[in-house]
Amino acid sequence: MYAFNFAPVFASFDQLLVGAWLTVHLSCAAMLLGLIVSIVCAWGKTAGPFPIRFVINAYIEIIRNTPFLIQIFFIFFGLPSLGLRFSPNSAALLALVINFGAYGTEIIRAGIESIQKGQIEAGTALGLSKLQIFRYVIMKPALRTVYPALTSQFIYLMLTSSVVSAISADDLAAAGNDLQSATFASFEVYIVITLMYLALSIGFSAIFAAVEKMAFKYPLSR
Amino acid sequence: MIRPFGWNEFLIIVMAAQWTIALSAIAFAGGGIGGLLVALARVSDIRPLRILAVGFIRVFQGTPLLMQLFLVFFGMNIFGLAINPWVAASIALTLHASAFLGEIWRGCVEAVPPGQREAATALGLKYVNRMRYIILPQATRIAVAPTVGFLVQLIKGTSLAAIIGFTELTRQGQIINNATFSPFMVFGTVAAIYFVLCWPLSLLARRMEVRFSRSTQR
Repeated sequence: MYAFNFAPVFASFDQLLVGAWLTVHLSCAAMLLGLIVSIVCAWGKTAGPFPIRFVINAYIEIIRNTPFLIQIFFIFFGLPSLGLRFSPNSAALLALVINFGAYGTEIIRAGIESIQKGQIEAGTALGLSKLQIFRYVIMKPALRTVYPALTSQFIYLMLTSSVVSAISADDLAAAGNDLQSATFASFEVYIVITLMYLALSIGFSAIFAAVEKMAFKYPLSR
Repeated sequence: MIRPFGWNEFLIIVMAAQWTIALSAIAFAGGGIGGLLVALARVSDIRPLRILAVGFIRVFQGTPLLMQLFLVFFGMNIFGLAINPWVAASIALTLHASAFLGEIWRGCVEAVPPGQREAATALGLKYVNRMRYIILPQATRIAVAPTVGFLVQLIKGTSLAAIIGFTELTRQGQIINNATFSPFMVFGTVAAIYFVLCWPLSLLARRMEVRFSRSTQR
């Protein structure tokens, strides 16, 4: 019978906590930048001319139909031959932003399309500028509509970010790999890491639910 | 000695796609059976079964697939089994697919109007017949599009099996890259093959979704 030995894992638990913090940091940065990409692309996809729409559609389809692991390999190993060289951490962030951007664009586009035409016309009638209409009449209610989809996409992004350890970028999974090769307690290390990811996703779900209650208090319609 | 990336290297990578397809097929078949059990447990009248199914789904949807692969891979050693990437990847992806398909199909079973179940009960149909002849056939119609959508996610997920040393498309790409040092071509090719596998399925899922929402709009 195998004797479980968690002692070396908990002896270096601070190392894992640092890793968890790096994962949170990386995911949050990737989501914020990815949201900007998503909003710009969603605008281009709903209001842009044909060539822009075509490029955005190609971007979305390519990213959504290839594995994240290949995307990060392509960015980290492939792009240097074009003269674009990244450190593992920047390659990880770039890959996550590009990946989240493709999924986020589709989510936000669905939100934008849920806004009724009459609202935009009402905004024009009130003399709002095009940017003001996009910001207050379209984006704000659209983001509210797609908030649940965006938050579950964020959780998915955080879980996906464990893959960046494959190019030895710093995160929770990489901290686990280091500890594993130092202690040889593979199963114990990974079960603790897995539970930490579970705690992170449950924690973020709770935070998002609380934010939803606070930020979207105003009534939807009468 | 560095080999150039030529037609042979390209063919080696293309041939490796069969292992990606095989692994996806195993995980999808296993996940189909597991997912049905999870979905049925999730909507069952027995509370402990429901709680168990919810817990199973939460754990597998709340942890990275990579960690699930590692746990099965290293866990097999603990249970005295030889470490075998084939078996480990199949088990981990099957469990993963069971949880996701279970949650998707639960939604589909619950989307069948409750009147159907009540009518079936009123006709004296017991649980097995009620599920088999009344609820599941109707739920299947709703489930097809999201299930195909998940299959795309599963095919992409099999790429992580490369990290535990299972030689499929991604791993073969890494091996060829180590020999040729032309990562741009190698990973571009690998990405293109995944795209060829996944894109038709994505289009199919989207088309079925549109057709389904049109047919139920009236």
